[in-house]
Amino acid sequence: MRRAIAALLRKDLLVELRTKEAVPAMALFAISTFVVFHFGLDRDTVEGDVAAGVLWVTMLFAAVLGINRLFVAEAEQGGFDGFLLAPVERTALLVAKALALLVFLAIVQLVAVPAFAILLLGPDVFQALPALLVVLVLADVGIAVIGTLVSALGIRTRARDLIVPILLLPLLIPVVLAAAQATAPLFAQAGAGPLPGRWLAILAIYDVVFGLIAYAVFDFLLED
Amino acid sequence: MPSPAPAVALRGLGRRYGERPVLHDVTLRLERGSTMVVFGPNGAGKTTLLRVLAGLLRPHEGDVEVLGAQLPDEGWRVRGRVGLLTHDPLLYRELSPRENLRFHARLHGREAARIEATLDAVGLAARADDPVAELSRGLVQRAAVARAILHEPELLLLDEPLANLDPAATARLQPVIGRESGRTRVVTSHDPAGGLADADVALGLRGGRVALLARAEELSAARVAELYA
Repeated sequence: MRRAIAALLRKDLLVELRTKEAVPAMALFAISTFVVFHFGLDRDTVEGDVAAGVLWVTMLFAAVLGINRLFVAEAEQGGFDGFLLAPVERTALLVAKALALLVFLAIVQLVAVPAFAILLLGPDVFQALPALLVVLVLADVGIAVIGTLVSALGIRTRARDLIVPILLLPLLIPVVLAAAQATAPLFAQAGAGPLPGRWLAILAIYDVVFGLIAYAVFDFLLED
Repeated sequence: MPSPAPAVALRGLGRRYGERPVLHDVTLRLERGSTMVVFGPNGAGKTTLLRVLAGLLRPHEGDVEVLGAQLPDEGWRVRGRVGLLTHDPLLYRELSPRENLRFHARLHGREAARIEATLDAVGLAARADDPVAELSRGLVQRAAVARAILHEPELLLLDEPLANLDPAATARLQPVIGRESGRTRVVTSHDPAGGLADADVALGLRGGRVALLARAEELSAARVAELYA
């Protein structure tokens, strides 16, 4: 299975490198949204709860763009058939797609978090960075797993562009809520506070639960 | 000593798209090493039949046995043993034929050396590094053939395999996917004379039903052409 996951992941990254369809669009969307918040809130800087909310709502909507396109090549270029003809476990596709989305999110955040710090964030981001990385990783895993599951479901429908956000946003509310709650103390005006363990635990549990659900149902999503 | 299971055995196969029946009560048997050519007008169910045999579509009625495995329950036993060539080349357009084959070779657990041998066999080595999106339809078809045979399948399912190919390419691919390949094949065709010459068994479909099923030497091209009338 590891061989198949590596092959699928490598292919997805190569296709994205060639087409540049998902990651640049996600990054541009994130930066544009920060600019909109800048003017919409009519504030030069944000901190605390507001900063955390702005960051995670933006990350969520940027992720939707990538999630919408996650299985497009499989659906439009016969990738599903090619994969289903091969002697590999179907779960390999779930894992590879979730990993690809995780990589896309990480690259987007490499651009978006500094942009957020420059455009909007009041407090010093460097002080919060190590703890912020922990939150980013846990939240990204949740977004990647749930996003892959919903994308696989949506790609089989005619109204993919509608179905994906309609299903995805409610499922990701707990991730955004926990991530924002965990991030808020890091962006406090008085300086970064400690990470709230309770919200990190909620994020981790949500990741595990949806990882298991995705593992259990993914095969059925590929069925004819 | 028991005889080996047939390559394909269908009993009362039925398949619908929604409420519309596409295949109805298809019963046939194909021995290993034989070639069955499937004739029929557009919409007769030829492509659907190939996709059911490949394990990509579930049968809604009847029994389907492919290479000794009951489909769909034992679909995992067929994966990697069937090569499918359809109108969709199943290639990623942004990748080159070599990159596509490398990807499929990894999925099928094949050595990299097999990629070069396959590219040579279909005459695509010179253009193997160009993106598929930049290749002509004929070259894409060659790349699709390479993808279908890369893992040396026991059963080849070929949907109009010579479409878009010039005479030189057609001749070149004969040892790869033609009778000379020695593989068990199910091939769709709209060419009664050429198809019969290639077939051991001829199947004619019309409206998803078996309209003709006989040994190829018992049939004339005119009899097959009546399917299209």
